[in-house]
Amino acid sequence: MKLNLNQTQINRCRARAKTIADTIQTFIDQSTTVSVERTILRFLSIDGVNPLDVPYVNVITDHIIAEADLSLGVAHYLSLAIEDTGLTPQEIAQAIDQKQLSLKPYQTKTHPNHSLLYPTIEEQLNRVNKQRRIREKTLAENPKKSTPELYVIVATGNIYEDIEQALSAAHKGADIIAVIRTTGQSLLDFVPYGPTTEGFGGTMATQENFKLMRQALDDFTTSHQRYIKLVNYASGLCMPEIAAIGALERLDMMLNDSLYGIIFRDINMQRTFIDQYFSRLISAYAGITINTGEDNYLTTSDAYEHAHTVLASQFINEQFAKNALMEERFMGLGHAYEIDPNLENSFLYELAQAELSKAIFPNAPLKYMPPTKHMTGDIFKGLIQNALFNIVAVTSHQSIHLLGMLTEAIHTPFMSDRALAIDNATYIAKAFKDFSHEISYRPDGIIMNRANDVLHQAETLLKTIQEEGLFTTLEKGRFAGISRKLNAGKGLDGVFKKAPSYENPVMTRLIERLKEGNHED
Amino acid sequence: MKIRPYGDTLNDGKIQLSFTLPLPCNAHGEETAKALVQKMGIHDVQIVHASPLNATFSFYIVYGTTHHQIDPTTITVTEIDSDTLTKSEIEAFIATHFDRPITFIGASTGTDAHTVGIDAIMNMKGYAGHYGLERYKGIQAINLGSQVENETLLEEAIKHNADVILISQTVTQKDVHIQNLTSFIELLEAEGKRDDFIVIIGGARINHALAKELGYDAGFGPKKYAYHVASFAVHLLKQKKDA
Ligand code: B12
Repeated sequence: MKLNLNQTQINRCRARAKTIADTIQTFIDQSTTVSVERTILRFLSIDGVNPLDVPYVNVITDHIIAEADLSLGVAHYLSLAIEDTGLTPQEIAQAIDQKQLSLKPYQTKTHPNHSLLYPTIEEQLNRVNKQRRIREKTLAENPKKSTPELYVIVATGNIYEDIEQALSAAHKGADIIAVIRTTGQSLLDFVPYGPTTEGFGGTMATQENFKLMRQALDDFTTSHQRYIKLVNYASGLCMPEIAAIGALERLDMMLNDSLYGIIFRDINMQRTFIDQYFSRLISAYAGITINTGEDNYLTTSDAYEHAHTVLASQFINEQFAKNALMEERFMGLGHAYEIDPNLENSFLYELAQAELSKAIFPNAPLKYMPPTKHMTGDIFKGLIQNALFNIVAVTSHQSIHLLGMLTEAIHTPFMSDRALAIDNATYIAKAFKDFSHEISYRPDGIIMNRANDVLHQAETLLKTIQEEGLFTTLEKGRFAGISRKLNAGKGLDGVFKKAPSYENPVMTRLIERLKEGNHED
Repeated sequence: MKIRPYGDTLNDGKIQLSFTLPLPCNAHGEETAKALVQKMGIHDVQIVHASPLNATFSFYIVYGTTHHQIDPTTITVTEIDSDTLTKSEIEAFIATHFDRPITFIGASTGTDAHTVGIDAIMNMKGYAGHYGLERYKGIQAINLGSQVENETLLEEAIKHNADVILISQTVTQKDVHIQNLTSFIELLEAEGKRDDFIVIIGGARINHALAKELGYDAGFGPKKYAYHVASFAVHLLKQKKDA
């Protein structure tokens, strides 16, 4: 192995991370959330918004919370209501909205007949599966390149403008397009509806926007024989709902990380761990690659001193994904090139960290973030910072290569910024193509020592987290230097302890289908 | 005395630009780019690089000579005119002129989730080797964090009897910060509280001129630290007290 790492030590880290994730899982298994329940309703084919733009899935959960008890789960009420009224789930939602129907009487009834729900759920899961097969087939038809996949963002706020920008980037050589979400969407407790043209620093994630962008990229694939992957955010308060929409509309990647929401958006930790589990099950089934957000820790804490927090968090995120039955090839664990450029040998430390991640998670498509924090208005220097980052990305064989923008400190990317970034990365991928096979690292040199140091510190941190529990770790602010409380933050009022009779038929079927390992319909 | 940009000879007027046009990359695109640059008062225009971004957009790098010149002595800057003191001078100033601690309350407001800027000013650790307000003797620093509603910020400021309100704004796309900052001032005025506080804004794209225009007492941008803000605030507070 290139870095001469201690495999037993790595195994110990994994074992600790597993205990950490399993402890949280015990809590997750006892609870549900409004967004989990709304996701079930989406799998029951409930769609659309009422005349006040409130999604029908919210109409139902709001109604149950106000009039009855959500801890029984929406499946309880819907099964009984279907049996009783003969209406479809969508008709039930509309009737509730028009105050023609109340679910309250079903609260005290027992033995709901869930088999009334299964046909619709099977149909929806088959739709997801079909999308997965289209992706796999198209990817198999297109040769995979040996250098990292180039990932760029679009963020105009207007989906139609985003499409223009995305196609332009695809023409230039981008492999992956992420539509960044508008500021504040992560804190909305509903998913907006329809195509949208106004956003700040990004564009609304809506099912229609997903569909429009997917269609445009598919058209590109048809004309250019190159599959372009589409990315959005299954994060924030609607994590599993967006995962569901993305699975139905064939997104290929989803940013998906509770830790990011807790730390950077002040989302309540109980809420988002529960949401994350369901969203990862959905993505695991849909063959969607998740992207985790460890890179962000380094925007608020120092990248040299806190490199081990990134590694420790990757270990934990890996176990959360495993608990959601996700294959390693879909775990886009995050890390970043964020060391202060004024530090001597910063390039060597970056290379050490990138090689370390790759060595520890060889089957995971690592998501490698470019410099952001230390980018300044000096765009000329910025281009060089990005070039060094690109060299590390190619040399250490990263998979998902987020391209740095020379104007990072100024604005969300212009079309030309993105083109310059793609040119930069393409040039370096070519120039350094086989560089990694020509070099080895000096035993006891700076790179090897650094990698081993970081691993060692990560192990110590994992030990602490295992002892104190992840909830406490987050309360103590060990990640990113930001402390969050177990019973504070956004979305806590949407957490419910499951009633003894609670059932989530979508989750049941997802787990069964994942365990059967076959995706046939 | 008038000056022009400098390439390698005084007043040679050399200038460089780059931009994108919604035109295909061809001779017509280049001529159009050239004509546009000439309209900016630049002659000897050389399109040194042209490349297609896609079928209908093209990117240009341009050099030229500007015939505009400027007399720097006619230029004035909206600057903060109070002296900048060091941390210990500020602490001494507070001890001399006030018989109570000064309360600063701050937040990153609206939908803005960026905290590094406001933390740099307010938290113990500070930024780039400059301690934050929390570490100053005689200053009570209350940092409410990010995504704080304007209404909440004002409520908290009233509750804590704050002297100074600090607002950080990082996201500026589509002027979202202008809307948010304007609505805070409107809120203060509607509640009749504008004169109860010194109100200061900051962020990567904020400057003093903008702050004044929006009705704030001061604005601070990049490379400004706690001691800059505190110097300004304590001077103004003393003026208010003496008035
Ligand atoms: C770190 C970072 C993040 C982190 C923030 C972590 C955190 N807790 O703060 C994360 C990853 C969460 C993040 C998220 C987003 N970000 Co951001 N982010 C940055 C980044 C890389 C660095 C900003 C930073 O920390 N600078 C360091 C601090 C110290 O500098 P500063 O804020 O300017 O502060 C100094 C002065 O301005 C001043 N100051 C600042 N505030 C105040 C207040 C007062 C009162 C005073 C006196 C002085 C003062 O003092 C400070 C010290 O000198 C910048 C790019 C860059 N290199 O600038 C993008 C950037 C700011 N982000 C951007 C965007 C768009 C976003 C998102 C909206 C993206 C999205 N759609 O999801 C989200 C935010 C969502 C939301 N709701 O706000 C854009 C903003 C574009 C624009 N002009 O509108 C930038 C420029 C990147 C880009 N090119 O797209 N981001």
